[in-house]
Amino acid sequence: MKQIVVISGKGGTGKTTLTSSFAYLAKNRDIADCDVEAPNLNLILDNTPMKRELYIGGKIAYIDKEKCIECGKCKSVCRFDAVKDNFQINDIKCEGCGACVEVCPNEAIKLIDDETGDVIISSIEGGKFSYAQLRIGADGAGKVVTKVRQSLMEDENKPELIIIDGSPGIGCVVISSLTGCNMAVVVTEPTQSGLEDLMRVLNLVDYFRMKAYVVVNKFDINLEKTKEIEDFCSKNNFEVVGKIPFDPYVNKAIKESKPVVQFDESIAGREIKRIWNIINEKIKEV
Amino acid sequence: MKISVLSGKGGTGKTTVATNLSYYLSKKGEKVQYLDFDVEEPNGFIFLKPKIENTFEVKVKVPQIDESSCTQCGLCAKKCNFNALSVTKNGVLVFEKICHSCGLCSLVCPVNAITEVEREIGKIEIGYTDNLKVVRGVLNIGEPMGIPILKDLKKLITPDYINIIDSPPGSSCSVVHSVEGSDYGILVTEPTKFGLHDLEIAVNVIRQLGVPFGVVINKSDENDYIIEEFCKKQGIDIIERIPFDRSIAQKYSKGELLDDKIFMEVFENIFSKIMEVSNNEADSCN
Repeated sequence: MKQIVVISGKGGTGKTTLTSSFAYLAKNRDIADCDVEAPNLNLILDNTPMKRELYIGGKIAYIDKEKCIECGKCKSVCRFDAVKDNFQINDIKCEGCGACVEVCPNEAIKLIDDETGDVIISSIEGGKFSYAQLRIGADGAGKVVTKVRQSLMEDENKPELIIIDGSPGIGCVVISSLTGCNMAVVVTEPTQSGLEDLMRVLNLVDYFRMKAYVVVNKFDINLEKTKEIEDFCSKNNFEVVGKIPFDPYVNKAIKESKPVVQFDESIAGREIKRIWNIINEKIKEV
Repeated sequence: MKISVLSGKGGTGKTTVATNLSYYLSKKGEKVQYLDFDVEEPNGFIFLKPKIENTFEVKVKVPQIDESSCTQCGLCAKKCNFNALSVTKNGVLVFEKICHSCGLCSLVCPVNAITEVEREIGKIEIGYTDNLKVVRGVLNIGEPMGIPILKDLKKLITPDYINIIDSPPGSSCSVVHSVEGSDYGILVTEPTKFGLHDLEIAVNVIRQLGVPFGVVINKSDENDYIIEEFCKKQGIDIIERIPFDRSIAQKYSKGELLDDKIFMEVFENIFSKIMEVSNNEADSCN
């Protein structure tokens, strides 16, 4: 089984447009939406939820008012400022380390399960699709990503390929999306922000010694910046596998909840098909 | 005063709104500070181009084991709720990047073999663009957790400034750390299905934090009704619209601020709506 992750550094460059089209074009594949903080693939892929599972990503402290003698030891040892003045726990600040439990002289504190979110497995044409609904402000979004990916592998019907829609950024959520993948497809746009965020995310990919291919979306909105991106990539030995033109069909496709490659007239769709053919060959080689 | 700019979805225009609003207000003579809390991909400096005057390293504490006194009893590893320690036949291994710096291991070690040492995970830069104070946090490549940088950034928020926070995308703990305690939240969205879906998530976050807020529709066009219907149903104010405009896209792609007269009006409108709301809030407290 092989895994491809689609990431971008900067948000809103076209990860989901690309992933939803790859999902439509690829054979024997499952799909994971690992942009767990703002998942959108669910809106495009025609899917039927099969299973919903509560995911407990960590622990959180709980103080029993009856037993608490308000000695303040928990407060002095907590590095996260999570014990409030009334000796209750601030759920958002508590990271579940358990230092307070350790020092409490009256066994008034225990760690309880922290509900991180729900992981949902859906059936889609020719395979499965997993995604998550995160609790607001959840710690451990990275762990949910791991769970979303694992949920596809636990199944008896293992796919040949998993395509992962990643999240913006370079932190724990992105790292959890790309560890163990065979290849990253990095989508950027020809803006100064797009370029600088691309540099950071390609650095991250290098850090994990992963193979990465670059796609420039809406390349024709600024040809100079596109050239800068191509120059940066060639200097650093990253291959630009495609340049997608600006195309109103992309928004039309989102509106109609379809992958853009379903529109034969779409020039963006045609380029994405070409990109997929390249990626599909490359993934066989790794 | 603290104003947060957030969005759920990436790439909707948080940085456009936050940088231009900051610059506009400082030009008007207000005492303003722009703080880029999107430490994974901070882009505000691209537009504001400040002269950097100060740089601080952000450090976290991690355990260091004194092997001569360690008895390999394994209590530290057993107690660690983040699995950041492991006892092997070659001694105790510390997995620094998953350590939350809670200090529990050194607290429980029966022979005091654990001391805490500092490790750099990123930096904070402070500079000026004319009279505007400009601050950003930058997470080092390969580091999973940006929260300690956000905590240090928060210490730089002072009541004598109008503090404008450029929040990270998403809905997890980083967003909560950026937005909590704000006097007002500007939710930037775009009139697409994705924009709406992630706006709903952002609304949930900000309601839970009890921060008054309004919506700015960026790339506003004939599809605004997608956002309008939701806002009307929820009783949410749409405080301003930024048109879908080629000249904006051009300036953005080059990394330039929007300094035309028509945009001044946009940011004046946003600010006066915020002042209106915060004055009403203040009145209702009296």
